[in-house]
Amino acid sequence: MGSITLKQVTKSFDDVNVIKPLDLDIRDGEFIVFVGPSGCGKSTLLRMIAGLEDTTSGTIEIDGKEATSVPPAKRGLAMVFQSYALYPHMSVRNNIAFPLKQAKVAPAVIKEKIEKAATMLNLTDYLDRKPGQLSGGQRQRVAIGRAIVRQPSAFLFDEPLLNLDASLRVNMRLEISQLHKSLDTTMIYVTHDQVEAMTMADRIAVFNGGIIEQVGTPLELYRKPVNRFVAGFIGSPKMNFIDVAPKPGDATHSLGVRPEHFKITTEQGLWQGQVGVVEHLGSETFLHVHVDHIGTLTVKADGDCQAVYGDQINLTAEQAKIMHFDKQGMTIPALSWGGESAA
Amino acid sequence: MATNSSNKTKVIYTLVAWTISGMIFFPILWTIITSFKTEAEAISASPSLFMFEWTLENYTQVLARSPYFDHFLNSVIISLGASIAGLLVAIPAAWSMAFVQTKRTKGLLMWMLSTKMLPPVGVLIPIYLLFRDVGLLDTRLGLVIVMTLINLPIMVWMLYTYFREIPHEILEAARMDGAGIKEEILTVLLPIALPGIASTLLLNVILAWNEAFWTLILTAAHAAPLTAFIASYSSPEGLFYAKLSAASVMAVVPILILGWFSQKQLVRGLSFGAVK
Repeated sequence: MGSITLKQVTKSFDDVNVIKPLDLDIRDGEFIVFVGPSGCGKSTLLRMIAGLEDTTSGTIEIDGKEATSVPPAKRGLAMVFQSYALYPHMSVRNNIAFPLKQAKVAPAVIKEKIEKAATMLNLTDYLDRKPGQLSGGQRQRVAIGRAIVRQPSAFLFDEPLLNLDASLRVNMRLEISQLHKSLDTTMIYVTHDQVEAMTMADRIAVFNGGIIEQVGTPLELYRKPVNRFVAGFIGSPKMNFIDVAPKPGDATHSLGVRPEHFKITTEQGLWQGQVGVVEHLGSETFLHVHVDHIGTLTVKADGDCQAVYGDQINLTAEQAKIMHFDKQGMTIPALSWGGESAA
Repeated sequence: MATNSSNKTKVIYTLVAWTISGMIFFPILWTIITSFKTEAEAISASPSLFMFEWTLENYTQVLARSPYFDHFLNSVIISLGASIAGLLVAIPAAWSMAFVQTKRTKGLLMWMLSTKMLPPVGVLIPIYLLFRDVGLLDTRLGLVIVMTLINLPIMVWMLYTYFREIPHEILEAARMDGAGIKEEILTVLLPIALPGIASTLLLNVILAWNEAFWTLILTAAHAAPLTAFIASYSSPEGLFYAKLSAASVMAVVPILILGWFSQKQLVRGLSFGAVK
């Protein structure tokens, strides 16, 4: 079991409302990612679920039981911190054993659980080392090991890969996803990296300014963002926004085109521009194209794209995949990708 | 050219440093030398630094006249007792100030520290009368209490500075792992902060050992530590400089040895949090 329900929870620090009233149902066994820019409240909400921050109002239920005022250790949750938060004076073995010792588990059981976790996380050879003698990835594994042995009803990850280098981050991302598959336990994962969110999540909650803008599967958020914020936050490189003059009977104030939905044409296109910076990634090329009266558009092209700085190119967009936003920045579903007319 | 001028600067700085160190150390050196002189040589109008007849007579006389080891024991008990008692209060106080901060924490810390600027004589009479009424005059317990209280602000401040350097997340992890406040402090915080706690303990042992104002006023015979023992050799008449010097040397040597062996720890402790 590991379902978590948030009902109208809020958090204020003095007069500042960090979390505005929000509701969220986290299903048993799902991998949900809280994503959003810095300061949007995602980590605060995770800490409220953990019990490390008091909830100003509203209720938190874990497995159907009211847990708003329950101390962190009694919530049956385990947390993996950004800085690993290992006990530097203890060996890896004692770090992993710490929660079990606090729960007064029998030494034989502790030994067995440590060995099982160490095998699962490839830590067997490092059990007698201190955290200071381990690499970043190994430390993160120890932190995960310490969480696993408690057999929590849900794992809470607070930007756990932030301190790792890029290649290690990709590996650890995969390991955490595999761990989720093998444990089948609820995981709540906080990150500001939308790539991590898209690749790992069953569902993503997009935070902005203390509210959840949208909750959905990665592809739902990519294809049917509810507003400009979600549309711009999900997807890399981010969506291009083009302001348009409103027409009678059409509420569209701006269009959204993802870089991968542009087509470069030799004949007349919708927009004509001059190529600026060209980024070759091998498998694909990103062109930053300056279009008069619009600004710079990011275009994703093939890896063998021959465009160079200063070239004049024409751009069109896949009509069905253009997003339409109204004056308030809300998506107009009927006109947008995934909407009725586009289907 | 640049190397030459930088070498010159280094030499000048070194000379200045040695001169200032020499000036600071000279009174101690003079006391040590005087302790090996006769009383007549000690008050000579043209005192000699090394060219005199060296004698141990002052030491034998001081040891014969006074119960040095009783005073020594009192100093050990009072300074260690006050430092340990201080730690028992300061650790939880510093923990709460470092990890459960409120808007008033900084102000409270500053207020605590400001009490160190209060002239001790300002509270002399109430403390003296209180001690007299509760029977704490001339007792080790009384001095332990006073020393604990007067050094507590410094202990809390030092420990607070140390604790602030420890990531909150480690203690939060302990909380998530099921540790109560007691386990959190004893099994996680204290082992991590051990160097800071050792520095705090050492500094307070030294401060309490050297404290003279309260020891002279609140003790007479039974609980008198080495500071009172030194003072007993100061006399308005007669020759006493050499014996006073011998008594001073005997009083400061133990703490000087302790300070010498723990100087690295002390410097680290005192500069902790100042540079990062």
